[in-house]
Amino acid sequence: MSPLNIKKGSTKHSAYNLRSTFSDVQETHTLAVLVANEPGVLARVIGLFSGRGYNIDSLTVAEVDHSGHTSRITIVTTGTPQVIEQIKAQLGRIVPVHEVHDLTVEGASVERELALIKVEGSGDKRVEALRLADIFRAQVVDSTLESFVFQITGTPEKVDAFVDLMRPLGLAEVARTGVAALSRGV
Amino acid sequence: MVVQALKDQGVDTVFGYPGGAVLPIYDEIFQQNGIRHYLVRHEQGAVHAAEGYARATGKPGVVLVTSGPGATNAVTGLTDALMDSIPIVVLTGQVPTFMIGSDAFQEADTVGITRPCTKHNWLVKDTDALSGTIHEAFHVATSGRPGPVLVDIPKDVQFASGTYTEKAKAKVSHYQPQLKGDMATITQLVEALETAERPIFYTGGGVINSGPGASQLLRELVDATGIPITSTLMGLGCYPASGKHWLGMLGMHGLYEANLAMHGCDLMINIGARFDDRITGRLDAFSPKSRKAHIDIDPSSINKVIRVDMPIIGDVGHVLEDILKVWKARGRKVNKEGLQKWWHQIEQWRAVDCLKYKPSDKAIRPQYALDRLEQLTKGRDRYITTEVGQHQMWAAQYLGFEDPNRWMTSGGLGTMGYGTPASIGVQVAHPDALVINVAGEASWLMNMQEMSTAVQYRLPVKQFILNNERLGMVRQWQELLHGERYSHSWSEALPDFVKLAEAFGCKGILCKDPADLDDAIMEMLDYDGPVIFDCLVEKHENCFPMIPSGEPHNKMLLGEASTKDAIGSKGAVMV
Repeated sequence: MSPLNIKKGSTKHSAYNLRSTFSDVQETHTLAVLVANEPGVLARVIGLFSGRGYNIDSLTVAEVDHSGHTSRITIVTTGTPQVIEQIKAQLGRIVPVHEVHDLTVEGASVERELALIKVEGSGDKRVEALRLADIFRAQVVDSTLESFVFQITGTPEKVDAFVDLMRPLGLAEVARTGVAALSRGV
Repeated sequence: MVVQALKDQGVDTVFGYPGGAVLPIYDEIFQQNGIRHYLVRHEQGAVHAAEGYARATGKPGVVLVTSGPGATNAVTGLTDALMDSIPIVVLTGQVPTFMIGSDAFQEADTVGITRPCTKHNWLVKDTDALSGTIHEAFHVATSGRPGPVLVDIPKDVQFASGTYTEKAKAKVSHYQPQLKGDMATITQLVEALETAERPIFYTGGGVINSGPGASQLLRELVDATGIPITSTLMGLGCYPASGKHWLGMLGMHGLYEANLAMHGCDLMINIGARFDDRITGRLDAFSPKSRKAHIDIDPSSINKVIRVDMPIIGDVGHVLEDILKVWKARGRKVNKEGLQKWWHQIEQWRAVDCLKYKPSDKAIRPQYALDRLEQLTKGRDRYITTEVGQHQMWAAQYLGFEDPNRWMTSGGLGTMGYGTPASIGVQVAHPDALVINVAGEASWLMNMQEMSTAVQYRLPVKQFILNNERLGMVRQWQELLHGERYSHSWSEALPDFVKLAEAFGCKGILCKDPADLDDAIMEMLDYDGPVIFDCLVEKHENCFPMIPSGEPHNKMLLGEASTKDAIGSKGAVMV
């Protein structure tokens, strides 16, 4: 048997070459992860994302059932469909993870975020900021003669839009909670 | 309480090393007889020994080490067990709860450090929760896809008395992986199997992990259908090497006929394997014309690297049982004509005889050494462990495994230094069996301190070292990929292994002449005690067949002549 001939200088050589048949379209998904509220559970979830190179666009976590020791982690992530499937499967593999829901594919859902936005300024700019806040139904939760702190809730896009508008009007600081999400209906 | 919980779990063997933060548990071990403790010489050795024990018995391996360095030394073993899905329970001591976070003596954030290299881990802060946590740890380690777990126990928790929970009364775990596969997909697979012209079984460590029953069912299915079977490194022994339908191992250093059959098949049935990169080679050219089924207990293994048409999530044993049931109920059909042609094709590939080598009368060729070892030990109650490198691949190619749980090698992580402690663990599990660690001299030196353990407990492990005075696999890659610049891949100061054996208090044998080899191997086998066998082999031997990095299965290299400039510069980025 003669040895097989392999082309010299071929660029196709790497066993770690993962150019696969999978689609490379990027999608954004919102995942709701119900976990046992035990020490280190958030570190496990975050460690999974950093260890396997997945993206976290936003992450919120809080206990939702004190007697049942259950917390809800809401993660917004971006990746190819194959990566999103892997993320869900890998999350499901973590021992204290009880349920993983992909709200983006499991029917309609509501997503809301809360932000606190500090705007500094005086004169016309200050008046304009207040007027825009009114249009966005943002509330003033703190006020001095040179500043406001607005509280706004809504979709991340709405918060983005408001923050963009405040930028020329003296935007000083922004604090956002990240997305909380629930499926619609029963 | 720890000792009681271990006994409740049926543990009779623990590998460990004491230290300040585990002294209360060691005190309890001193005062009882039910559990035998094996004192290793390094904590990494303890975990590998427990891995060897677990793989040879199917039971979880148990390790007890101290805080800080005890725990960090266990990390390599934990990672190894995670990659190869081996059930291990590691108990670590920790500084007292009130000192955690104060950078106390021998303090380390053990649960933090081991979080990514365990299946799960716990820090127990309350003595009342201790026994329940240990029961949960055994449950998690052994259910679903097995893996290593760690329980970190602060010293004050060890000292305090609390309420003991029996195993039977422990809280039912939330962790309950699915065992039964989806019947609709199983039926779909059976339909595909009935009509396929070129089907192949591609099996892996999942069959072994599922238990001896799964191997039995696999044998029944393979022999009843007449479909060829190949296996990964991890799955060797699940189907007997002497079996009629066995093609040999597949993958980077797998057999020609196995890899070409994988490339050319029209139905691939993956049973408990995970499309590892050493198996698939170039992904976009991997078995391009086949429909693929994948049976795996871990949902995250499905569609991870290769998209499959028939995913079946479940335990291999349960799924095989259902496949057999459905196949029999539907009238035991196969595509006889197609299979006949398929086997004819496979026989042509087999005729290439890819493992052929020319024995030399001047130097021992490593293939010859393993060939002779196989011939002289075949049929014995034999267990083989290996280190990592060329010798490991040659062992997989030239030794035949008839049963599961007889072959322990570090597959996923590729841990040099695995074999010696693993052989000790295997020998502990099977005191009367023949346990051989096929090693390279470089790997062997990484955990050679464990020979002291072997001598202490009179464990007659045979260390069969293929000594080429090189890091053989590194040297091979440097020859193929890096212009024959052999950067730091040989040792100029190797010990005299025979004298080393004497220093350890065991037997040393040196062999360098092919004519003496049989007698020397027999001397090793006949000696009642641990042996270090220094087999000086041909120094520049390369391991073939080989799929060059980044090539598909049908581009195998068979001999030295064909390797020049075989791998392009891009291939150099891989290992």
